[in-house]
Amino acid sequence: MDSYMVSVENVSFSYGRNKVLDNVSLYIEEGDFAGIIGPNGSAKTTLMRLMVGLLKPDKGCIKILGENIEDFKDFHKIGYISQNVRDFNQMFPATVEEVVGAGLNTKRGFISRNKRDDRRKIDEVLKKVEMIDYKKWKVGNLSGGQKQRVFIARALINNPKILFMDEPLVGVDFDSQNKFYSLLDKLKRDYNITIVMVSHDIGIISEKVNKLFCLSNGKVYNHDLTKDIDGAGILKSLYGENVKLLLHKH
Amino acid sequence: MLTYEFMRRSLIMGVMIGIIAPSVGYFLVLRRQSVIGDTLSHVALSGAALGMLTNSYPVFTAILFTVLASLGIEGLRRKYRHYAELSLSIILSAGVGLASILISLGNTQGVLSYLFGSLSLVSLEEIILFVVLSVIIMGTIIFLFNKLFYITFDEESAYLSGIATNRINMFFSVLVALSVAISMRIVGVLLISSLMVIPVAASLLVAKSFKSGLIYSLIFGVVSVIVGLTLSYYLNLATGGTIVLSALTILLIIIVFQSIRKTGV
Repeated sequence: MDSYMVSVENVSFSYGRNKVLDNVSLYIEEGDFAGIIGPNGSAKTTLMRLMVGLLKPDKGCIKILGENIEDFKDFHKIGYISQNVRDFNQMFPATVEEVVGAGLNTKRGFISRNKRDDRRKIDEVLKKVEMIDYKKWKVGNLSGGQKQRVFIARALINNPKILFMDEPLVGVDFDSQNKFYSLLDKLKRDYNITIVMVSHDIGIISEKVNKLFCLSNGKVYNHDLTKDIDGAGILKSLYGENVKLLLHKH
Repeated sequence: MLTYEFMRRSLIMGVMIGIIAPSVGYFLVLRRQSVIGDTLSHVALSGAALGMLTNSYPVFTAILFTVLASLGIEGLRRKYRHYAELSLSIILSAGVGLASILISLGNTQGVLSYLFGSLSLVSLEEIILFVVLSVIIMGTIIFLFNKLFYITFDEESAYLSGIATNRINMFFSVLVALSVAISMRIVGVLLISSLMVIPVAASLLVAKSFKSGLIYSLIFGVVSVIVGLTLSYYLNLATGGTIVLSALTILLIIIVFQSIRKTGV
């Protein structure tokens, strides 16, 4: 068994004849906050779906916690927030409590739901994301930032070791984005959770992560942000030579 | 009206349908698959027509046809992953095509009662069969409630939490098929999907949680059936249509009540 939390080795993936990932390798270690960025259509989401086992690679090997993803059964050790939660229907009749508890109750029926222990876990995780006051609210009535916290709470309910998030900040205002990143800092500091996050926003994510994987034309470019990096160089490798880096403070 | 044996039996069956159709429909509506009820009911018609033609029990042949069709829909849905609704259109066309041919072959005079529903005498054996099937359907929904909830609001996360989503989806399709075949007798093929959808539409306006949404759907479903059956008996109206219009009236009352409350008139 290797010591990586996630390892992607020589992975290729195609949609029909369109090869979107070509012999890609990357490694994520315990406690990492890894960002995956790239232009539209650079297969960021595809790479994340491959990592969690929702897609199968054409070639190569993906391991989570040292185990081949095809044999991986410890689902409670990973938390996943897909892009789909963004489209959460406003009329969907589910409370914050029900959504957060969903992952807990996969082995139970209607009647045995919400035992005392489950309630305690739900309260605990809602306190962690500072949403305990909204427990009985319908999820559809929450703001974008609040919804995102609820989905993080759901992903955290089983105390996962790794949290995967696919573009969690689309449609979330600037203030809520800051709160979101403070929450991630707290999770990393207090619970040592490894975080893997797909984003299209290179500006903010490159300030927060310690590892950055840039996808472009089916290839991945790794950057260890604990060392000095060439920001303009990354942008050029992703978006072409004509890109200009503008820095401004306000 | 309860002095008549056929009304008592119709009422028992009606209440069962009032519970089952919206329960199944609740999950279908929230997964944006409510058209599946329409598709399977058209297949049920061809099943019933074959039953009449071959002098076998029409509900039994309808159950057989709808279960097979529901499995076919799941199979086709995987084949046309990005055009999932195509699978419904294909099976619906097959159902209507087959039904029209079987009906034209003759000896299918009773087919009209399966189209619009009726209050004809239901045999004791039928009642027992329907009660058993209803208990199986409701029991399964109760047993799988949490898994169905998780799959309904986020199928991928449900899969990643270890739920066998494919198996449960297949199983649920069979439940839908059984519900359609049972409901056909009273509500009629053309109106089954209405009873699966309208009480749910009303419940979504008042539900405060997922569990309460299901309970409201059942209440609205049962009330619609009881009111519909009673009116249909006293006013000599088509049973299925009266039930569906009762459900629509409940929906309308809630919409009006809510808009009055909102505008403060």
